[in-house]
Amino acid sequence: MFTRRSDLPLDKDTLSRFLPWLIAFMVFLAVMAMAGVLVLNTVAARWDRGVSGTLTVQIIPAENAVDDDARLQTVLKILTETPEVNHFETLSKDKLLTLLEPWLGTSAGAKDLPLPQMVDVELKPKAKLDVNALSQRMEARVSGVSIDDHSIWLSRLVRLIRTVEGLATLVLVFIALATIGTVIFTTRTGLALHRNAIEVLHFIGAQDSYVAAQFAGRALGLGLKGGIIGLLLAVPSLLGIGVMAAKMESGMLPDITLGVAHWSALAALPIIVALIAMLTARITVMKTLSRML
Amino acid sequence: MTTNENDAIVKFENVGLRYGLGPEVLQDVTFSLAPGSFHFLVGPSGAGKSSLLKLIYLALKPTRGLISLFGRDIATTSRRDLPPIRRRVGVVFQEFRLLNHLSAFDNVALPLRIAGAKKSEIQKHVVELLSWVGLKDHLDARPPTLSGGQQQRVSIARAVIARPKILLADEPTGNVDDPMGMRLMHLFEELNKLGTTVIIATHNNLMVEKMGYPKMHLDEGWLEMVGTGPHPATPPPRPGLSDMEGYL
Repeated sequence: MFTRRSDLPLDKDTLSRFLPWLIAFMVFLAVMAMAGVLVLNTVAARWDRGVSGTLTVQIIPAENAVDDDARLQTVLKILTETPEVNHFETLSKDKLLTLLEPWLGTSAGAKDLPLPQMVDVELKPKAKLDVNALSQRMEARVSGVSIDDHSIWLSRLVRLIRTVEGLATLVLVFIALATIGTVIFTTRTGLALHRNAIEVLHFIGAQDSYVAAQFAGRALGLGLKGGIIGLLLAVPSLLGIGVMAAKMESGMLPDITLGVAHWSALAALPIIVALIAMLTARITVMKTLSRML
Repeated sequence: MTTNENDAIVKFENVGLRYGLGPEVLQDVTFSLAPGSFHFLVGPSGAGKSSLLKLIYLALKPTRGLISLFGRDIATTSRRDLPPIRRRVGVVFQEFRLLNHLSAFDNVALPLRIAGAKKSEIQKHVVELLSWVGLKDHLDARPPTLSGGQQQRVSIARAVIARPKILLADEPTGNVDDPMGMRLMHLFEELNKLGTTVIIATHNNLMVEKMGYPKMHLDEGWLEMVGTGPHPATPPPRPGLSDMEGYL
């Protein structure tokens, strides 16, 4: 597979036999890192879209439950009067307990806890609401009320995701550099091993590009071979992670399945790595031979 | 046969060569060769014959002096322009320098492939030439499976397949019996008659005297041109050789 007639016995090099496996491991790591980048990018965008444009109004419980209800009605009235609000929903005590269940468990005592009243507010698309002004209006009429527009939480989360994305991209860059270094090393070794044959080719009148094409063709073949092996190793791992993520309770993790575009990008990695290997081999040979007579 | 400077296909002017910091192996070598000339390069072992040939086939750079091939000063010729010059120089190496992983056919085909010849042309000419040197039944044989003489013939076939303007041969008949040696020498003569400048380095004084071509005599790095007279009588054509015009 992926062999072509060569004037140099490059197939017989021990290092050439190892190169596909080295590239396979590189591609495996690259696929995992790139899948991470793609998923995080999607998750960040989804969270950003999902959470921005929403508010949560929290009313801290008072001593008197009747007061609590009156305060809630006032808040709802203010929200109704606010033109930027598209929709709001008061979370029932049962729903609040369900949300708290992972932390508090299902013990009967949890129902007696004084829980705040929460109102989930959805703003109209592209509406520009002055949250501070709304907060001041509410605080003037209702005590113990606060508004959370999730901006701090969201910005921190997105910053975290972007950092992890940056690290994953850095991993991709390191993998590319390691691949380039490996190809340079194997190419230089090949040049040293076949110096005699290369000299003969030169004496017969071969241009440097003729010799470089042989190394580049070989690197392309080995790169594709290794890349496909790496991809084949990575795909079951990604599918396994996808299955495990799907088994987790919804709400704990966003949907992290890869789309067609994502799979296409991952499938292109072996080709990209093979092209990098080919170009690296060609440049290495041309530079090395330029120092020969 | 030497010539005036304007006609020279190979011209050396005060060329000196040393390896590293060692003594000069070639000293003030000056000569010029006309296109279509035939010379024997003779001299004792270590006199610098192989070094002189290496300078001509551009395997070495001189330490001093000027070399020009085909009217081009090699010192001022860019690396990129050297391969076309090398393609016009055929070399029979003393140690053959065949590529062991390639068959005899592929070894001989190399110069044509590098020159971009058509597959059908390569097939035709390589088979014909290998048949002529007696290796028709060894087209697919790898060099390590061939005898020294057979390897030498493959090496010669590789050197002449692209019909070079200059043919350099370092002890080309050293590993073959006398009849085959003479047959190969006649091949060189035929090439010479077709216009190729031939320089043959050899220790075979008997053959040198018998063929009567002028000599380049090297001794301790000093060159002396001997017998610059006319060529001996043209040998009679041999069966098969006249057919070489088509591909040599």
